[in-house]
Amino acid sequence: MLGEFLQYLFSGLTSGAIYALVGLGFALIYNASHVINFAQGEFVMLGGMGTVFIAAAGVPLPLAGLLAVLLATVVGFALEKLAVEQTRNASVVTLIIITIGASIFVRGGAQVAFDKQFHTLPSFSGDTPINILGATITPQSLWVLGITVVIVLLLQYFFTRTLLGKAILATSHNPMAARLVGINVNAILLMSFGLSAALGAVAGILITPITSTNYEVGIMLGLKGFCAAILGGLGSGFGAIAGGVILGVAEALGAGYISSEYKDVIAFVIILAALFFMPSGLFGKRGTDRV
Amino acid sequence: MLLDVKGLKSGYGRIEALHGIDLSVNKGELVALVGANGAGKTTFLRALSGVQGVTAGTIRYAGEDITRASPQKRVTLGISQVPEGRQVFGPLTVEDNLRLGAFKRRGEDPAADLERMYGLFPILKKKRLDAAGTLSGGQQQMLAMGRALMAHPDLLLLDEPSMGLSPLLVGEIFNIVQMLKEQGVTILLVEQNAYAALAIADRGYVLETGTITLTGAGTDLLANDQVRAAYLGM
Ligand SMILES: Nc1ncnc2c1ncn2[C@@H]1O[C@H](COP(=O)(O)OP(=O)(O)OP(=O)(O)O)[C@@H](O)[C@H]1O
Ligand SMILES: [Mg+2]
Repeated sequence: MLGEFLQYLFSGLTSGAIYALVGLGFALIYNASHVINFAQGEFVMLGGMGTVFIAAAGVPLPLAGLLAVLLATVVGFALEKLAVEQTRNASVVTLIIITIGASIFVRGGAQVAFDKQFHTLPSFSGDTPINILGATITPQSLWVLGITVVIVLLLQYFFTRTLLGKAILATSHNPMAARLVGINVNAILLMSFGLSAALGAVAGILITPITSTNYEVGIMLGLKGFCAAILGGLGSGFGAIAGGVILGVAEALGAGYISSEYKDVIAFVIILAALFFMPSGLFGKRGTDRV
Repeated sequence: MLLDVKGLKSGYGRIEALHGIDLSVNKGELVALVGANGAGKTTFLRALSGVQGVTAGTIRYAGEDITRASPQKRVTLGISQVPEGRQVFGPLTVEDNLRLGAFKRRGEDPAADLERMYGLFPILKKKRLDAAGTLSGGQQQMLAMGRALMAHPDLLLLDEPSMGLSPLLVGEIFNIVQMLKEQGVTILLVEQNAYAALAIADRGYVLETGTITLTGAGTDLLANDQVRAAYLGM
């Protein structure tokens, strides 16, 4: 009984951590620019697919991963420079459509540059499962959880202890005042997109040994990350993490105790319920006062 | 001459709000810019800081043409603004707001500057770890001034610092403005509160719907019949 429950919990926490990373990407960009970036999932895809193909070209795996993160970051920069910055005064709906267009473009590009097959990566440290109270957890799941925790702590440090992190918060709260103190708002936006892309790519690399990847993998992961961000309250970093974990665990428990066919349905039921009963999410604040 | 503006035009979309402003500020001067609601005072200050587009004219600062310079460049050159409505970073702490004021000087240790601000505005020290959004209007005004001063400005642009404050607080703010002038900061003070502003100013300009209509020594403007009728209710 306990073993079964723990088994579902571990699997839920693992996918929850991934959703949290993708959700954090949404939150970062939303905070800096009030754009909901529906191309977020493509960064996840670029991380996984990029690593596979760069490694296939003979580059050692860790370096391939690093290069894939850089590739995604550059695509994030390009998205901000070419699409978002050029249309700064456009309506939110226009900007959302632009990011959807960008995601289709990136996916098409990946299909051509890479291929349409499924690919996987070797687990970072073997596949020997670890037994915990009658359940097993794979070393790769521990990698996912561990790296997610480290990233969250780094982000926490960045936003609460560094002036640059606070400049991002200040820009999100009041861009005009931020410019008046000499913050280069365009540079802040660029940085947010780059950071967010890097986060997505890391998530994509971490999850590939478990679920494998292909050029379309960003669609579902992007949606799940979006759900995590919405559930936690758009723009709240803490909310995105909580939303991701809740979503992942609920999915895994639902799949385990009800039916795995409902796994994706559960995510969308939760998000609809959340939007209906708590329009600003678990940790979101109303109005423009959000951090 | 520290600031020299010639023929400045600016607006919003097709609506022109400033129709060619000529205005100058000498080093060490306190210059008041007064005018009614919607005259274009805020638009003018924003243009000086580079956060509002300019369609014609030039802005020279310390001999350099900065008409097209970025806002951050202007802060580095020594122009700081205390914006209308304070615009503090509400969710951040008082001290973080002050630190962000020194954003262009990051890398330098802000400790001495922070102490200076806390000496100038003791209430901010007491509230240093509170979210700026929880401060009263007067306290936010002090914070906005402290934030601007953290940049070590040579030219301080003040947009209606007395707006919405009690008479007691207005007096306090104007005392600080005078003190800053005595410390050598050049100040361009925008006010609807024309009497208080002109009383402490070396020179003044009267702005009416985007055009400068009068200029002269502060005391002369105070005595001017036109000004008395239009702005002082006398
Ligand atoms: N964001 C904006 N979009 C369109 N028009 C604007 C905008 N801001 C100001 N205006 C217009 O520009 C003109 C000048 O406004 P501005 O805010 O500069 O005046 P002001 O002298 O600062 O007024 P106040 O004393 O009320 O602060 C006004 O007619 C105003 O309606
Ligand atoms: Mg104004």
